[in-house]
Amino acid sequence: MAALGAPLRTLRALLRELRHAAGRSYRDSPAYRHVLAAFRAHRVTSEKLCRAQQELHFQATTYLCLLRSVREHEALHREYHGRGERSPQEVAGLVGFRLPQQPGGKS
Amino acid sequence: MPRRQDFYSDSPGGFEINLDHRKLKTPQAKLFTVPSEALAIAVATEWDSQKDTIKFYTMHLTTLCNTALDNPTQRNKTQLIGAAVKFLETDTVWYEMGAQLDFGERVGYRVEEPPALAELQKNEWDPVVTWAEKRYNVTIGSSTSILGPNIPASTKETFVSHLASYNMWALQGIEFVITQLKSLILSMSLIDRHITVEKAVLLSRLEEEYQIRRWGNVEWAHDYDLCELRARTAAGTLFVHLCSESSTVKHKLLQD
Repeated sequence: MAALGAPLRTLRALLRELRHAAGRSYRDSPAYRHVLAAFRAHRVTSEKLCRAQQELHFQATTYLCLLRSVREHEALHREYHGRGERSPQEVAGLVGFRLPQQPGGKS
Repeated sequence: MPRRQDFYSDSPGGFEINLDHRKLKTPQAKLFTVPSEALAIAVATEWDSQKDTIKFYTMHLTTLCNTALDNPTQRNKTQLIGAAVKFLETDTVWYEMGAQLDFGERVGYRVEEPPALAELQKNEWDPVVTWAEKRYNVTIGSSTSILGPNIPASTKETFVSHLASYNMWALQGIEFVITQLKSLILSMSLIDRHITVEKAVLLSRLEEEYQIRRWGNVEWAHDYDLCELRARTAAGTLFVHLCSESSTVKHKLLQD
């Protein structure tokens, strides 16, 4: 099994990522509840549960990597690749013009 | 756009995803059904994360499920396994001769120049190859020849047989991970939980990382690629594990 570090750290980081992803009602989201429940269910540290604990931790680490990487990738995309074309208003603004307002039609 | 509540629901055929009270469908208009509750939750979370626009390029688990359900390349189990094992011949761990080969297994070709990179390859990839040889009881080796090492037929057969033990959904995931990492060896190492996603991606990109350390990082290119590769690899790995857990998956959906 890969060296994964402290499970509690993974859990905290994972819950933080889920908070980013879900927004205001993150505590009610299925993912948040599922992750917490899974970690609680495996809290008992006996010899028998060791392997199941490790597999869960690996899964949590992988999911954390997914959420984090998607967020970072999207941030980079927005920063460097997302600009796209300027709108007609922006282009006009570049040379100090404003587009005419037409009644009942194009703005 | 008003906030949507994305839920999933349990049905005899599997778990479905509800968007605004409508059931999610695949690109080929099939009902979107997944065999694992945890997977359904993760997919629902992907949809829940979308804000003003739906950014499909960030929804890797949804994409993987769509591929499993629609099978757009129309490949059967044997063909998928064949595609996966084909990478063994040209694994990343074999080749690095200045020019990046876009196909085939990474961890086998070794450079001779520059010595620092050759050393890095030896230190980083050798342990993974050794692990794979031990774990699967096969001979793999490495090579500086452009033709790569000679992989014995028995080695290929072992991997074919091992991959056949996975169901069709998990196999789609495995083949996806292999295509991303360009390495069967790294992918199995990852799926067998011997290394993390971050480590697998690092090993897959060893030459890039070496060049970055020498010449500097270019955030909009390097980090962008790195994050994308990590995201896809992590999604593929999670997908494989969630589709393979015998205790929690609905087997009816997974029948080949």
